Amino acid sequence: MLIDCPHCGPRDLAEFSYQGDATRTRPDPASTDTQAWLDYVYNRPNPAGRHREYWQHTGGCRAHLVVERDTLTHEIHAVAPVRGNAKSGDAA
Amino acid sequence: MVERASPLGSDFRPGSYGDFANGAEVTILELDRAGIVEATAWPGQEKALCEALAGACNLRLSAGSGNGAANREGVCAFNIGPGRFLVSGPRETLAGQLESAVPDTIGTVTDLSHGRTVLGIEGPKAEWVLAKLFALDFASAAFPVHSGCATAHHEIAVQIQRRGEKRFELYVSRSFARSFANTLRRAAEDVGYTIK
Repeated sequence: MLIDCPHCGPRDLAEFSYQGDATRTRPDPASTDTQAWLDYVYNRPNPAGRHREYWQHTGGCRAHLVVERDTLTHEIHAVAPVRGNAKSGDAA
Repeated sequence: MVERASPLGSDFRPGSYGDFANGAEVTILELDRAGIVEATAWPGQEKALCEALAGACNLRLSAGSGNGAANREGVCAFNIGPGRFLVSGPRETLAGQLESAVPDTIGTVTDLSHGRTVLGIEGPKAEWVLAKLFALDFASAAFPVHSGCATAHHEIAVQIQRRGEKRFELYVSRSFARSFANTLRRAAEDVGYTIK
Protein backbone atom coordinates (compact mmCIF):
# COMPACT_ATOMS: atom_id res chain seq x y z
CA MET A 1 0.00 0.00 0.00
CA LEU A 2 1.30 3.44 -0.92
CA ILE A 3 0.30 6.65 0.83
CA ASP A 4 0.78 9.82 -1.19
CA CYS A 5 2.34 12.12 1.40
CA PRO A 6 1.55 15.75 0.49
CA HIS A 7 5.18 16.68 1.19
CA CYS A 8 7.20 13.65 0.06
CA GLY A 9 5.03 12.05 -2.61
CA PRO A 10 4.06 8.37 -2.75
CA ARG A 11 5.81 6.32 -0.06
CA ASP A 12 5.57 2.78 1.20
CA LEU A 13 3.16 2.03 4.03
CA ALA A 14 6.11 0.92 6.21
CA GLU A 15 7.12 4.59 6.59
CA PHE A 16 3.79 5.55 8.17
CA SER A 17 2.24 5.05 11.59
CA TYR A 18 -1.48 4.83 12.21
CA GLN A 19 -2.57 7.47 14.70
CA GLY A 20 -6.26 6.77 15.15
CA ASP A 21 -9.77 7.57 14.05
CA ALA A 22 -10.12 11.07 12.61
CA THR A 23 -13.89 11.18 12.84
CA ARG A 24 -14.10 11.59 16.61
CA THR A 25 -15.09 14.90 18.17
CA ARG A 26 -13.65 15.66 21.57
CA PRO A 27 -16.34 16.64 24.09
CA ASP A 28 -16.09 20.01 25.80
CA PRO A 29 -13.26 19.59 28.37
CA ALA A 30 -15.62 20.96 31.03
CA SER A 31 -18.23 18.35 30.20
CA THR A 32 -19.09 15.71 32.81
CA ASP A 33 -21.17 13.70 30.37
CA THR A 34 -19.75 10.24 31.06
CA GLN A 35 -21.35 8.66 28.02
CA ALA A 36 -19.88 11.33 25.70
CA TRP A 37 -16.38 10.73 27.12
CA LEU A 38 -16.83 6.95 26.95
CA ASP A 39 -17.80 7.23 23.28
CA TYR A 40 -14.89 9.56 22.58
CA VAL A 41 -12.24 7.44 24.30
CA TYR A 42 -13.39 3.87 23.65
CA ASN A 43 -16.22 3.42 21.18
CA ARG A 44 -15.40 3.18 17.49
CA PRO A 45 -17.88 2.55 14.65
CA ASN A 46 -15.38 0.37 12.68
CA PRO A 47 -16.99 1.10 9.30
CA ALA A 48 -16.61 -1.16 6.27
CA GLY A 49 -15.76 1.32 3.54
CA ARG A 50 -14.43 4.86 3.47
CA HIS A 51 -12.92 6.05 6.74
CA ARG A 52 -11.03 9.18 7.85
CA GLU A 53 -7.89 8.35 9.81
CA TYR A 54 -4.90 10.12 11.30
CA TRP A 55 -1.54 8.85 10.10
CA GLN A 56 1.97 10.14 10.66
CA HIS A 57 4.83 9.91 8.17
CA THR A 58 7.15 8.78 10.96
CA GLY A 59 9.73 7.27 8.63
CA GLY A 60 9.88 10.37 6.45
CA CYS A 61 8.97 14.01 6.90
CA ARG A 62 7.12 13.26 10.19
CA ALA A 63 4.06 15.20 9.05
CA HIS A 64 0.72 14.33 10.61
CA LEU A 65 -1.83 13.49 7.94
CA VAL A 66 -5.54 12.93 7.52
CA VAL A 67 -6.01 9.92 5.24
CA GLU A 68 -9.32 8.85 3.75
CA ARG A 69 -8.95 5.09 3.28
CA ASP A 70 -11.32 2.36 2.23
CA THR A 71 -11.13 -0.25 4.99
CA LEU A 72 -12.32 -2.98 2.61
CA THR A 73 -9.97 -2.38 -0.30
CA HIS A 74 -7.22 -0.25 1.32
CA GLU A 75 -7.67 2.21 -1.52
CA ILE A 76 -6.50 5.68 -0.49
CA HIS A 77 -8.99 8.34 -1.63
CA ALA A 78 -7.41 11.47 -0.14
CA VAL A 79 -4.41 12.55 1.92
CA ALA A 80 -4.02 15.99 3.49
CA PRO A 81 -1.93 17.57 6.25
CA VAL A 82 -3.69 17.59 9.63
CA ARG A 83 -3.06 21.32 9.90
CA GLY A 84 -6.25 22.87 8.59
CA ASN A 85 -7.99 19.53 8.07
CA ALA A 86 -8.48 18.10 11.59
CA LYS A 87 -11.92 17.93 13.13
CA SER A 88 -12.69 20.88 15.34
CA GLY A 89 -11.37 20.39 18.87
CA ASP A 90 -9.37 17.30 18.00
CA ALA A 91 -5.88 16.53 16.78
CA ALA A 92 -3.74 13.52 16.09
CA MET B 1 36.86 19.61 22.15
CA VAL B 2 36.59 15.87 22.69
CA GLU B 3 37.58 13.88 19.62
CA ARG B 4 34.58 12.09 18.22
CA ALA B 5 34.92 8.31 17.95
CA SER B 6 33.44 6.39 15.06
CA PRO B 7 30.46 4.23 16.03
CA LEU B 8 31.08 1.84 13.14
CA GLY B 9 33.27 -0.59 15.02
CA SER B 10 36.60 -2.24 14.39
CA ASP B 11 35.43 -4.30 11.43
CA PHE B 12 34.70 -1.18 9.34
CA ARG B 13 38.23 -1.27 7.96
CA PRO B 14 39.65 -0.11 4.63
CA GLY B 15 39.73 -2.83 2.03
CA SER B 16 37.68 -4.52 -0.66
CA TYR B 17 34.86 -6.88 0.23
CA GLY B 18 32.14 -8.96 -1.37
CA ASP B 19 32.33 -10.00 -5.01
CA PHE B 20 35.11 -7.65 -6.16
CA ALA B 21 36.87 -10.09 -8.49
CA ASN B 22 35.99 -7.84 -11.45
CA GLY B 23 36.54 -4.64 -9.50
CA ALA B 24 34.48 -3.13 -6.69
CA GLU B 25 31.60 -1.12 -8.12
CA VAL B 26 30.87 1.02 -5.07
CA THR B 27 32.88 2.69 -2.36
CA ILE B 28 31.50 3.05 1.16
CA LEU B 29 33.03 5.53 3.55
CA GLU B 30 32.34 7.31 6.79
CA LEU B 31 32.35 11.05 6.23
CA ASP B 32 33.79 13.47 8.73
CA ARG B 33 31.11 16.10 9.28
CA ALA B 34 31.98 18.13 12.36
CA GLY B 35 28.73 20.08 12.25
CA ILE B 36 25.29 18.54 11.65
CA VAL B 37 22.29 20.74 12.39
CA GLU B 38 18.55 20.55 11.90
CA ALA B 39 16.72 23.83 11.33
CA THR B 40 12.95 24.01 11.54
CA ALA B 41 10.65 26.88 10.66
CA TRP B 42 7.52 27.90 12.50
CA PRO B 43 4.40 27.64 10.31
CA GLY B 44 4.45 30.39 7.71
CA GLN B 45 8.19 31.04 8.19
CA GLU B 46 9.49 28.41 5.77
CA LYS B 47 10.71 30.89 3.17
CA ALA B 48 12.33 33.12 5.80
CA LEU B 49 14.19 30.12 7.26
CA CYS B 50 15.36 29.10 3.84
CA GLU B 51 16.69 32.59 3.17
CA ALA B 52 18.39 32.73 6.59
CA LEU B 53 20.15 29.39 5.99
CA ALA B 54 21.11 30.32 2.45
CA GLY B 55 22.57 33.63 3.63
CA ALA B 56 24.46 32.16 6.59
CA CYS B 57 25.96 29.26 4.63
CA ASN B 58 26.32 30.86 1.21
CA LEU B 59 23.98 28.31 -0.35
CA ARG B 60 21.57 28.60 -3.25
CA LEU B 61 18.81 26.99 -1.27
CA SER B 62 15.11 27.09 -2.04
CA ALA B 63 12.14 25.94 0.02
CA GLY B 64 10.16 22.95 -1.14
CA SER B 65 10.13 19.21 -0.84
CA GLY B 66 13.52 17.61 -1.27
CA ASN B 67 15.35 20.73 -2.42
CA GLY B 68 18.99 20.94 -1.48
CA ALA B 69 22.24 22.73 -2.16
CA ALA B 70 25.94 22.60 -1.39
CA ASN B 71 28.77 25.11 -1.47
CA ARG B 72 32.48 24.86 -2.22
CA GLU B 73 33.42 24.89 1.48
CA GLY B 74 31.64 21.56 1.95
CA VAL B 75 28.49 22.88 3.63
CA CYS B 76 25.37 21.20 2.32
CA ALA B 77 21.69 21.39 3.17
CA PHE B 78 18.51 19.69 2.07
CA ASN B 79 14.86 19.66 2.91
CA ILE B 80 13.72 16.75 5.12
CA GLY B 81 10.16 17.82 5.89
CA PRO B 82 7.74 20.73 5.81
CA GLY B 83 9.89 23.69 6.87
CA ARG B 84 12.74 21.45 8.02
CA PHE B 85 16.31 21.36 6.71
CA LEU B 86 19.31 19.24 7.58
CA VAL B 87 22.52 21.24 7.27
CA SER B 88 26.02 19.82 7.63
CA GLY B 89 29.53 21.04 7.20
CA PRO B 90 33.17 20.55 8.09
CA ARG B 91 33.23 22.99 11.03
CA GLU B 92 31.98 22.43 14.57
CA THR B 93 30.93 26.07 14.67
CA LEU B 94 28.05 25.41 12.24
CA ALA B 95 25.38 25.17 14.97
CA GLY B 96 26.42 28.45 16.55
CA GLN B 97 26.57 30.11 13.16
CA LEU B 98 23.01 29.02 12.36
CA GLU B 99 21.69 29.91 15.82
CA SER B 100 22.89 33.45 15.16
CA ALA B 101 21.33 33.51 11.70
CA VAL B 102 17.92 32.08 12.63
CA PRO B 103 16.03 34.27 15.12
CA ASP B 104 13.47 32.70 17.47
CA THR B 105 10.69 34.31 15.47
CA ILE B 106 11.60 32.24 12.38
CA GLY B 107 12.31 28.82 13.81
CA THR B 108 14.59 26.60 15.83
CA VAL B 109 18.08 25.21 15.37
CA THR B 110 19.09 21.86 16.88
CA ASP B 111 22.69 20.69 16.98
CA LEU B 112 22.81 17.00 15.96
CA SER B 113 26.58 16.86 15.44
CA HIS B 114 27.09 14.15 18.05
CA GLY B 115 23.86 12.35 17.24
CA ARG B 116 24.34 11.47 13.57
CA THR B 117 26.85 9.54 11.50
CA VAL B 118 27.24 10.28 7.81
CA LEU B 119 27.97 7.43 5.42
CA GLY B 120 28.88 7.96 1.80
CA ILE B 121 28.31 5.53 -1.02
CA GLU B 122 29.62 6.21 -4.49
CA GLY B 123 30.23 4.35 -7.67
CA PRO B 124 28.38 3.10 -10.73
CA LYS B 125 26.19 0.75 -8.68
CA ALA B 126 25.33 3.17 -5.85
CA GLU B 127 21.73 3.55 -7.05
CA TRP B 128 21.42 -0.22 -7.40
CA VAL B 129 22.58 -0.84 -3.83
CA LEU B 130 20.36 1.86 -2.30
CA ALA B 131 17.35 0.65 -4.26
CA LYS B 132 17.65 -2.65 -2.39
CA LEU B 133 17.17 -0.88 0.93
CA PHE B 134 14.69 1.91 0.20
CA ALA B 135 11.45 1.99 -1.82
CA LEU B 136 12.51 5.19 -3.59
CA ASP B 137 13.34 6.15 -7.15
CA PHE B 138 17.06 6.94 -7.15
CA ALA B 139 17.26 7.71 -10.88
CA SER B 140 18.80 11.14 -11.36
CA ALA B 141 15.66 12.43 -13.11
CA ALA B 142 13.62 11.76 -9.96
CA PHE B 143 16.42 12.36 -7.45
CA PRO B 144 18.67 15.10 -8.89
CA VAL B 145 22.06 16.13 -7.52
CA HIS B 146 21.80 18.00 -4.16
CA SER B 147 18.20 16.95 -3.61
CA GLY B 148 17.43 14.83 -0.58
CA CYS B 149 14.74 13.11 1.39
CA ALA B 150 13.92 11.60 4.73
CA THR B 151 13.11 7.92 4.70
CA ALA B 152 13.65 4.80 6.78
CA HIS B 153 15.06 1.33 6.43
CA HIS B 154 12.82 -0.76 8.64
CA GLU B 155 12.79 1.32 11.85
CA ILE B 156 16.08 3.13 11.20
CA ALA B 157 15.49 6.69 10.04
CA VAL B 158 17.85 7.72 7.25
CA GLN B 159 18.18 11.07 5.53
CA ILE B 160 19.68 10.83 2.05
CA GLN B 161 21.21 13.53 -0.11
CA ARG B 162 22.53 13.00 -3.62
CA ARG B 163 25.88 14.76 -3.87
CA GLY B 164 26.88 13.66 -7.36
CA GLU B 165 25.67 11.58 -10.27
CA LYS B 166 27.05 8.48 -8.58
CA ARG B 167 27.37 9.64 -4.99
CA PHE B 168 24.94 9.67 -2.09
CA GLU B 169 25.33 10.65 1.55
CA LEU B 170 23.28 8.97 4.24
CA TYR B 171 22.65 10.46 7.70
CA VAL B 172 21.88 7.88 10.37
CA SER B 173 21.47 8.15 14.14
CA ARG B 174 24.81 7.23 15.72
CA SER B 175 23.28 4.52 17.87
CA PHE B 176 21.99 2.74 14.74
CA ALA B 177 24.98 3.54 12.53
CA ARG B 178 26.88 0.28 12.99
CA SER B 179 23.82 -1.82 12.32
CA PHE B 180 22.90 0.25 9.28
CA ALA B 181 26.47 0.21 7.94
CA ASN B 182 26.44 -3.58 8.16
CA THR B 183 23.15 -3.66 6.25
CA LEU B 184 24.59 -1.36 3.60
CA ARG B 185 27.69 -3.54 3.29
CA ARG B 186 25.56 -6.65 2.94
CA ALA B 187 23.52 -4.97 0.19
CA ALA B 188 26.73 -4.08 -1.67
CA GLU B 189 28.30 -7.54 -1.52
CA ASP B 190 27.05 -8.69 -4.94
CA VAL B 191 28.64 -5.72 -6.74
CA GLY B 192 31.79 -5.66 -4.64
CA TYR B 193 32.63 -2.69 -2.44
CA THR B 194 35.62 -0.88 -1.11
CA ILE B 195 35.76 0.78 2.28
CA LYS B 196 37.90 3.88 2.37
